[in-house]
Amino acid sequence: MDKSHTSRRRRSPRLWLAGGWLLLALLAAIFAPLVAPQDPLAQDLMLERLPPFWLDGAEPGYWLGTDSLGRDLLSRLIFGGRIAFIVAFAAAIAACLVGSTLGLIAGYFGGWADRIVSRVVDIWMAFPPVLFAILLVAVLGTGLGSVILAIAIIDWTRFCRVIRAEAMGQSRMDYVENARIAGYGRVGIMLREVLPNVVPSIVALLSLEMGIAVIVEAILSFVNLSISTDDPTWGGIIAEGRLSIHQAWWVLVFPLVTLILTVLSFSQFGEALKTRFDPVLR
Amino acid sequence: MNACLDIAGLSAVLPNGQRVLRSVSLCVQPGEVRALVGESGAGKTMIGKAVLGVLPSSVRVVEGAMRLEGEDLGRLQPKARRTLIGARTALIPQDPLTALNPSRRIGPQMTDRLVRILGWSGERADTRTRQLLDEVQIRNPERVLKSYPHELSGGMRQRVLIAAAFAAEPRLIVADEPTTALDVTVQKQILRLIAQLQREHGTAILFVTHDLGVVAKISQNVSVLYAGKVVEEAETAALFAAPQHPYTRALMAATPRYTDPFASLKPVDETVMAGLAAEIAAADQAWRRPHG
Repeated sequence: MDKSHTSRRRRSPRLWLAGGWLLLALLAAIFAPLVAPQDPLAQDLMLERLPPFWLDGAEPGYWLGTDSLGRDLLSRLIFGGRIAFIVAFAAAIAACLVGSTLGLIAGYFGGWADRIVSRVVDIWMAFPPVLFAILLVAVLGTGLGSVILAIAIIDWTRFCRVIRAEAMGQSRMDYVENARIAGYGRVGIMLREVLPNVVPSIVALLSLEMGIAVIVEAILSFVNLSISTDDPTWGGIIAEGRLSIHQAWWVLVFPLVTLILTVLSFSQFGEALKTRFDPVLR
Repeated sequence: MNACLDIAGLSAVLPNGQRVLRSVSLCVQPGEVRALVGESGAGKTMIGKAVLGVLPSSVRVVEGAMRLEGEDLGRLQPKARRTLIGARTALIPQDPLTALNPSRRIGPQMTDRLVRILGWSGERADTRTRQLLDEVQIRNPERVLKSYPHELSGGMRQRVLIAAAFAAEPRLIVADEPTTALDVTVQKQILRLIAQLQREHGTAILFVTHDLGVVAKISQNVSVLYAGKVVEEAETAALFAAPQHPYTRALMAATPRYTDPFASLKPVDETVMAGLAAEIAAADQAWRRPHG
């Protein structure tokens, strides 16, 4: 038993690769003022469009080069990570709480509860999500809180649908019937017998959703609808990089790579966690 | 003395009006094992579910009464009914693989019910659980209590479920084909175990099965069910010695025998089936008249 445990753990590099990248990015974001080599907002037109360190003309201390205003790209990416992670955690948790609760109730209780929740989800999902987000931020106003709220408002349906389906399957299981025979109340059964079995899915979705929140935040920054333009955001840097792609490709490529790695890590980490949480797959 | 379980004239219908239980009457005395035999679809499990109060919502009881130790279940408020059923009955389920929650350890699953529903102290529930695991001949209860269901074999899980069923000293246990999902060698052990615990605890059992061999081994009385109707009811010994109903006779003739392994299987005779169909139709007609 114990042996297979450890060997399985060693054979799961994706958990460690994905988790490692996320931890690195998270720590860098938390300790940004200590880690960042330069002030992310400091402009110096003498240093504009410096290439990354392995190319000719690079300056020491500007590892990934500078943008067209001479700001250090690495420092901007590190500071941009702060907003990315705050949005990822807050929005994903909010969406998860709302969506999972409604999904669990709809799936387990069925009947009217299910009909109402399912209709609302259907209507909700008919909106194109990115346009919906842009619309919401336009209405709510820009700022960190509005971005988080907008993402949570759009994406709770993702949790709701999956958890509803799982809770539905669970409610037909024999152990749920046994609990009813034993005399447990409906809410008790939902929390005791059904919820533990959907936790692995909730965890996987939560991680996936964090990745999605990072993308949506980047999209909103890209169209300049996120946080105030002073703070560097990954989407904002990508938008700037797009303008100088022919003179300084690195301003576009590095934030893109960071974004892709982070989103990919979130989804892989979630999948790996799911198997870790599930007593049957473990 | 009140019967442990007394079902009188129970009829249930599907939404399309078709009867799935046809005026079933059935009585289980305290300490008695009554077998309920029939082919699949005959409504055996449905009766078990009706007794335990877990009929699917599409099936509606339209007539008849069920008394558990004299208490009319139909007259109780839903909550009081749940409490009564929870305290006095238990189920040994058909499939031990799906009857335990895969994400909870065995120990808490067994003791939870005693503590939360019956209000026992944790210590008492713990002692009781270990005692029952010992009775179902589980040799290392420590390991089993800490295990997740998937870490145990089917036979072990069924033992756990039997222990759980007897733990709260119910008056009636519904055993819903408890050996069908197990392989043959394990079936025999499990059957013996149920019989042994039944004798020691004096619990009444409604034993649902399609296997006449099992009936002969475990029960004192039998009800033969066909299409939701009890077609014959007798003491087990009498039934096997002299089956009265043609369907029962045909079922017995259809049982393969070790003494004649090369004989081809005998399906139930067509004239018997026609007779049954007529009987059911007549019963339905008689039932429909007063019910419009």
